Amino acid sequence: MSWLLVYPIVIPLLTAVLTYILRHNPAGRWISVAGTLALLLTSVMLLASVIREGVIAAQMSDWNAPFGITLVADYLSAVMVVITAITGLATVVYCLGEIPERLERSGFFALLQVLLMGVCGAFVTGDLFNLYVWFEVMLISSFGLLVMGGSREQLDGGVKYVTLNLVSTIMFLSGVGILYGITGTLNMADLHAAVREVENTGLLTTVAVMFLVAFGVKAALFPLFFWLPASYHTPPVAVSAIFAGLLTKVGVYALIRVFTLIFDQDVGYTHTLMLWMAVATMVMGVLGAAAMNDFRRILSFHIVSQIGYMILGLALFTPLGLLGAVFYLVHHIIVKANLFFIAGVAKRIGGSTDLSKLGGLYANAPVLAFLFLIPAFSLAGFPPLSGFWAKFLIVKAALDAQMWIVAGVALAVGLLTVFSMTKIWGAAFWPDHPEGTKPRLSDIPVFERLAMMLPVGALALLTCVIGLFPEPFVTFAETAAGQLLDPTDYISTVLGVQP
Amino acid sequence: MQSLILTTATRLLVALLLVFSIYALLRGHNLPGGGFIGGLIGATAFILYAITATVEEAKSALLVDPSNIAVAGLGFAAIGGLASVLAGKPFLTGLWLFLFAEEGGKGMPLSTVLLFDAGVYLAVFGGILTLVFALEEET
Repeated sequence: MSWLLVYPIVIPLLTAVLTYILRHNPAGRWISVAGTLALLLTSVMLLASVIREGVIAAQMSDWNAPFGITLVADYLSAVMVVITAITGLATVVYCLGEIPERLERSGFFALLQVLLMGVCGAFVTGDLFNLYVWFEVMLISSFGLLVMGGSREQLDGGVKYVTLNLVSTIMFLSGVGILYGITGTLNMADLHAAVREVENTGLLTTVAVMFLVAFGVKAALFPLFFWLPASYHTPPVAVSAIFAGLLTKVGVYALIRVFTLIFDQDVGYTHTLMLWMAVATMVMGVLGAAAMNDFRRILSFHIVSQIGYMILGLALFTPLGLLGAVFYLVHHIIVKANLFFIAGVAKRIGGSTDLSKLGGLYANAPVLAFLFLIPAFSLAGFPPLSGFWAKFLIVKAALDAQMWIVAGVALAVGLLTVFSMTKIWGAAFWPDHPEGTKPRLSDIPVFERLAMMLPVGALALLTCVIGLFPEPFVTFAETAAGQLLDPTDYISTVLGVQP
Repeated sequence: MQSLILTTATRLLVALLLVFSIYALLRGHNLPGGGFIGGLIGATAFILYAITATVEEAKSALLVDPSNIAVAGLGFAAIGGLASVLAGKPFLTGLWLFLFAEEGGKGMPLSTVLLFDAGVYLAVFGGILTLVFALEEET
């Protein structure tokens, strides 16, 4: 059995317990950093091993698939675990500068690790019911993080978040139940073959749509995205950042996984539905962002809009489309988390995230302004940053599929993204601060400044690297897309591996 | 809000729910039940108590801070899952100890599976109560 697949779950679990025990002690937060670093190291080893050997799988508790729980990593899963660890590490380091001691004492860092465990678990599991369990772990821990601190606004956002997500969970669970009823298995590799023998294809399509709705809520697809902008601007910035980076992406990942491996028997119906949902998501998200006047709210609506691009890649269901979706997924996590971090620094020195109360950042904090430009332009899709390649691949895939309208909408949404980024620039960075203060980075104590700016710089660097040297990343995404469209390897590995 | 019916019924229900939650936990080994549902039932008992009396009374009846219980549960689950490593088996594999086993009988079967399940029980029990107490105090 390959332990590399178990580490992404066990390391955050043990780190969570240790961090909680030491929550009154400054050592606790450093254990949290060390644990996340260990997670990053082992996940890179996992990725290396997947590149070397192809798909790897392990059977938990000594039961063969499809009876036991299978953990499995193909290219997509492995890269998602790595990117989770990177975002996790950036967030934990950022927290050192942002999280007040009061939250730390009530176990903030431990809860963050539980969230990371849930995300990693969802990426490596090969079993639908187990995926549900990881979704629950994520839901409970993210709710805790959302309301921690207990202001009225946070509770309001938290209750909206948890209510809509519970609806999605129930939908997911019902779908799982019906699917089990008609096929008798929940192992995803086993399901691939099992759904092909089902005679009642109408029922199968119904279940597929249930999954689309369930994961659509998680991924914030139109028309199911309302909970996201309602809740993401309330908690501490570090929490917003990790939510923005990872949580919706787990929904996107689940959609990609399920709609390539299991539900690909009625592509004409399900994927066309998804296509138009994706288009509407892009448009609604960007229009929402254009109407908002708060740093974090604008960014929240942009998550929605960008999710549209990823789902568009999946809905096109061509090799290039999936390649684009995978590339987009990785690029977006880095960029979006970074933008939230920057919003946090701006809030710290400027005193607010409301754009009308911010200003003077360009004149007084030029480093921050420069670091904002990189992810902001990347998000909008300027060459030579990572977002350009991501958008280019998706639009090219749409043009190749002769979806002229869809490609046109994707381009127009890109333009509107630039508009709302310039809005942030024009309000928070360019003019003087409305109260006449001079927000400088040097206002923050050295250690906290370092802790907050280090992740921002590192993630910006990563964006540039992906943008300037896209070749290996595209090749990687191409292999990942190939594995998704032809899951023979995945299935034979899962069903063939002895515990 | 005070309701005589609810207050009277709670006195009986709390004990019953707690016993039943342990029963569900132990039954879960071979039949429907288990740590997750057991933990939920157990948490219901204290939630009822918090509604009829006050959150403070429920907390003092619980003796231990619920978030400590939750993390202890995570710890037990981790130990239960990792114990199989010592035996060189995959993660989560059950290890068994049959105390007082005789010919044809299993005696008293103890396993790491039970430890894991008890961990889940405590994690769910503590986690739910942490959230509910926090929300109850808010309103």
